[in-house]
Amino acid sequence: MTFPFPASDLLVILPELVLTQLALGILLWATVVRKGREATLAWVSIASLAAAAVLIPVAARLSGPLPRAAFGGMLTLDRFSIFFKVLVLLATAVTILFSLKFVGTSSYPGGEYYALLLFSAVGMLFMASGTHLVSIYIALELMALSQYVLAGYFKRETKSVEAAAKYFVLGAFSSGVLLYGISLVYGAAGSLDLGDVARSLAATPRSSLLGVGIVLTASGMLFKIASAPFHVWAPDVYEGAPTPISAFFSVGPKLAAYAIFARIFFVGFGPRAGDWAPVLAASAALTMVVGNVGALLQQNVKRMLGYSSIGHAGYALLGLLAYASGTDARGENFGLWAILIYLAAYLLMTLGAFGLVVLLEAKGYATESVDDFNGLSKKNPLAAAAMLVFLLSLAGIPPTAGFVGKYFLFSAAMKAGWPSLALLAVLMSAVSLFYYFRIARAMYLVEGEGELRWREEPAVAAAVAVCVAGTLLLGILPQPFVALAKSCLLP
Amino acid sequence: MDVSLALFWAFAAVAVAGAVGVIVMRQPVHSALFLLLTFLAVAVLFVVAHAEFVAAVQVLVYAGGIMVLFLYTIMLVNVRRQAGEPYLHRQAGVALGVGLLLLAVVGGVVLGDARRLADAHAAAPAARLTEVVGSGVAAGNSQAVGWLLYREYLLPFEIASVLLLVAMIGAVVLGKRTMEKFD
Repeated sequence: MTFPFPASDLLVILPELVLTQLALGILLWATVVRKGREATLAWVSIASLAAAAVLIPVAARLSGPLPRAAFGGMLTLDRFSIFFKVLVLLATAVTILFSLKFVGTSSYPGGEYYALLLFSAVGMLFMASGTHLVSIYIALELMALSQYVLAGYFKRETKSVEAAAKYFVLGAFSSGVLLYGISLVYGAAGSLDLGDVARSLAATPRSSLLGVGIVLTASGMLFKIASAPFHVWAPDVYEGAPTPISAFFSVGPKLAAYAIFARIFFVGFGPRAGDWAPVLAASAALTMVVGNVGALLQQNVKRMLGYSSIGHAGYALLGLLAYASGTDARGENFGLWAILIYLAAYLLMTLGAFGLVVLLEAKGYATESVDDFNGLSKKNPLAAAAMLVFLLSLAGIPPTAGFVGKYFLFSAAMKAGWPSLALLAVLMSAVSLFYYFRIARAMYLVEGEGELRWREEPAVAAAVAVCVAGTLLLGILPQPFVALAKSCLLP
Repeated sequence: MDVSLALFWAFAAVAVAGAVGVIVMRQPVHSALFLLLTFLAVAVLFVVAHAEFVAAVQVLVYAGGIMVLFLYTIMLVNVRRQAGEPYLHRQAGVALGVGLLLLAVVGGVVLGDARRLADAHAAAPAARLTEVVGSGVAAGNSQAVGWLLYREYLLPFEIASVLLLVAMIGAVVLGKRTMEKFD
């Protein structure tokens, strides 16, 4: 039997193929690397991610004009997917930088850790370009399974094990719900290919079977992006997982989940946008309130960032809603590019904030509290300034990326006919100021006691510096990024 | 009421009864045996839906392999419930309510709509397989499944192989007894 697809289809997945091979290589190599010399493995992993990133444009160039469907419509390489692929590779690489010392000085093996991160990245790359519900689902599981293991990687830490167990049980359950929803959609639409689903939906009258299918699929998706009422796992998992992994969870998998969320709902369920938009609107409102109010009560920084990321998931849902509500007078969809800008901003500021948590990690596993930041401005003014930039950005204050992202998102929601939600989002941003500035207050107004506990890690510091630069650049000069995001929309 | 429909209802009832047994039984071994019953009943449901290959896989992999592993684990770990441990979580009532509500909504919709849609669409479970067999490239159900799996679904199949590898690495990493020490 011959290969059933054109050989050039293999070029489309060239980055994924190479990354998988390199991950397998690292796994094999790790068997002969001694503990304490594993930094090499980390750098090779980062190089592998860079290689995959370099191969993305190569694959796009060699495999033909974009969008390029491959493997019988299982996936499509388009600019939308490339946007997400680059971001998830970046997030994974930064995670590995954060992990260098974190894993290096622990008693846990590093090879499997880095290999699992790379396999997770492979899953996310496939998610970004999947256009068939089966390929999307399998890629999602590849990503998720690696994450369950990584959450519990520090297995003698009770909190890490608890995080992994909760994440696994709830994640498996939500996957079941998602799969059941997909099966109902298949029953109603007669196909799993997103394009066929859309054609079938446009041609058939509304049916409650499809409605239940879409709601269950949405539930699965909302779980993955940690939206209310499926958010309960997030704070526990963020608190208990190793800090670099918490940083990874709050960025990489979320971006990939947004990619498939947008693709399934716009490309597949687009003809029924009017029906599912109210469901998302309810979830967005609930998510913004739960995330921001929940964050107010937290002492643990990782938990607080977990709740804050729930709030941010709520804001990003506004973009999906705006997109669902159609186009503006010039026939332009503002919702989707606003999400792309917002997610890029979110990636930079969240990774940066977690980077500083990694640097300040000192009092033992999962005990990082707001007090760790006490007096940081005196002890390390640069770090305090960097954290301040991330906090301003997370709260959405100019001139930062967070402000630009929120501005575009909220105005998209206004124009698309969700003014009450946009108002709620602004209100909740005001609430978020309160808890973000508790950290700022600790840094600048509270005297720190004793010596500064600080990890000397140039790699993490460099990653944080890049995040600061990106956050400010996106905030001051958004035009090139807007143009880029506008060219990366879904068809 | 034709035979396959009667078979479906009978074995669906057995499957649900088995699933209830899994969570009601206090002895882990009894739960495992009820799970076996559910697996076998589901296998019959696959046969009724003309998915013979999946039915065979269900019996071989789930009723065979996975059950054996479950029983092994139960024997090795020697699970015992503490006498004073409460049987039901305090949220059990709420969970039951939500579960029943979901059952009513989803079950009602599926029952009401599936029949109506079955006439309008070609989404019958084995339609694509019948098509493959009809085109003459495959002689029967298992061959047709293979044909689809290694051609149309080649990419998800390959991603699934990486997925299984990750599952294996994960199990080894989390299950390994001794830790690597600093050299």
